[in-house]
Amino acid sequence: GSGGFRKRKHDNFPHGQRRDEKENVNPSSALMKSFKSFQQELDTRHDKYERLVKLSRDITIESKRTIFLLHRFISAPNGDDILYDSEVKLDAVRRRIKQVAQELVGEDMYQFHRAISPGLQEYVEAVSFQYFIKTRSLISIEDINKQLIFTTEDREESNMFFNPRDKLPPTLSLKVTPVDYLLGVADLTGELMRLCISSVGNGDIDTPFELSQFLRQIYDGFTFIGNTGPYEVSKKLYTLKQSLAKVENACYTLKVRGSEIPKHVLVDVFSTKTELIDHEECLS
Amino acid sequence: MSVSEMFVALQGALTADQDIREEIRKVVQALEQTAREMLTLLQGVHQGPGFQDIPKKCQKAREHFSTVKTQLESLKTKFPADQYYRFHEHWRFVLQRLVFLAAFVVYLESETLVTQEAVAEILGIEADRERGFHLDIEDYLSGVLTLASELARLAVNSVTAGDYSRPLRISTFINELDSGFRLLNLKNDSLRKRYDGLKYDVKKIEEVVYDLSIRGLSKEAAGGAGVEK
Repeated sequence: GSGGFRKRKHDNFPHGQRRDEKENVNPSSALMKSFKSFQQELDTRHDKYERLVKLSRDITIESKRTIFLLHRFISAPNGDDILYDSEVKLDAVRRRIKQVAQELVGEDMYQFHRAISPGLQEYVEAVSFQYFIKTRSLISIEDINKQLIFTTEDREESNMFFNPRDKLPPTLSLKVTPVDYLLGVADLTGELMRLCISSVGNGDIDTPFELSQFLRQIYDGFTFIGNTGPYEVSKKLYTLKQSLAKVENACYTLKVRGSEIPKHVLVDVFSTKTELIDHEECLS
Repeated sequence: MSVSEMFVALQGALTADQDIREEIRKVVQALEQTAREMLTLLQGVHQGPGFQDIPKKCQKAREHFSTVKTQLESLKTKFPADQYYRFHEHWRFVLQRLVFLAAFVVYLESETLVTQEAVAEILGIEADRERGFHLDIEDYLSGVLTLASELARLAVNSVTAGDYSRPLRISTFINELDSGFRLLNLKNDSLRKRYDGLKYDVKKIEEVVYDLSIRGLSKEAAGGAGVEK
């Protein structure tokens, strides 16, 4: 890094000359003083950014675990327990998001948006997946944002992340941006595709049809947005189309085979098909 | 709310966003035009006769800053005040260019580095984020780095024009700037990349000073400083 640069530089110049110039620079001149304050300002900013990146990673990991947990929901007999567990996990994620909100008090959220955006997208994915399993519908961005309003009662636990000298407002909140929401929902469709395939594997014949309808609605929504959104959104549209195709094909197979094979055999037919699809997914 | 209704609402938000960006782009284009005009004007100092009327050129350039002020004033009205960083990338480049121009004018006039506050005042914006449309510190530093390469060029051209004392003053200035930048812990971003170019400017100026001193021209300049000016 910069150390190497300094070293090289030294070799380029005779030492005597270098020292002369060093003496010319008065360490307490106005210029040096202002650069010292720039150093502080930049360091503070970078530190905050790094803390947010770390929080975002934690949010991502916890959200992913919640999604894995929810995938077990279909096969497990004790569905309610799993839903309860997922709620506990999501609460933990929300506590992290609260820390993010605390970091951003008095800041322009968009200045640090790149640090936290991946975590927020993953959170949207997890929370909308849980919501779908519970209600079979899509959670709205307003509902997500409503859950991200925090009161500041339990302030002790967060003191280490927050400067106590700053005044805390009565409530903290973080708003998921429309783009983050859209990207999270696009990721959700991938989870729904997995859910569809595995539910067939478990002998659930109705869920795939329900899912294909739901996915079609979301796909229609995304085509409606088209390229009004940013580049990332249109990029996800392609993957979304693939997921939808897989689910539609699954429904097709169910329909065709379902009419000619007795139900208990059908599950076996589909189980082999599932492996094939999963294999394809790994490759892509 | 049905899925399609939600997407209609989201689409509305995205379109509104695009409209804002469109408006911003228009103003930024006008700003870029003004900045180009000023740059053309100030480029004149690199030519032989330009050295004589530096004050006049600075005076003219300063007049352009009032246009810049009104243009920035209208930029402020195009988006909500608390969403500066949301649209930052649209005006980032032109703002850095304007910082450079302001810094160049101030350097030519007084041979000092313009402060962040002073640039903000010249551009009619705030130095502090809390008070509205402001000058980001990284943009300020980027503009200053552009100044460094411009001064390296000026050092070369002032020798050609027979002004042997200027490179020495530029050298002192750039060295102080270099020491200043060394205090900063830069991340691996665009600012850091531009900072990496500073050493070449420093080197170039030191070469000019070296050429002058082995020919005894620097002493001549120091002795008869008034002659060349």
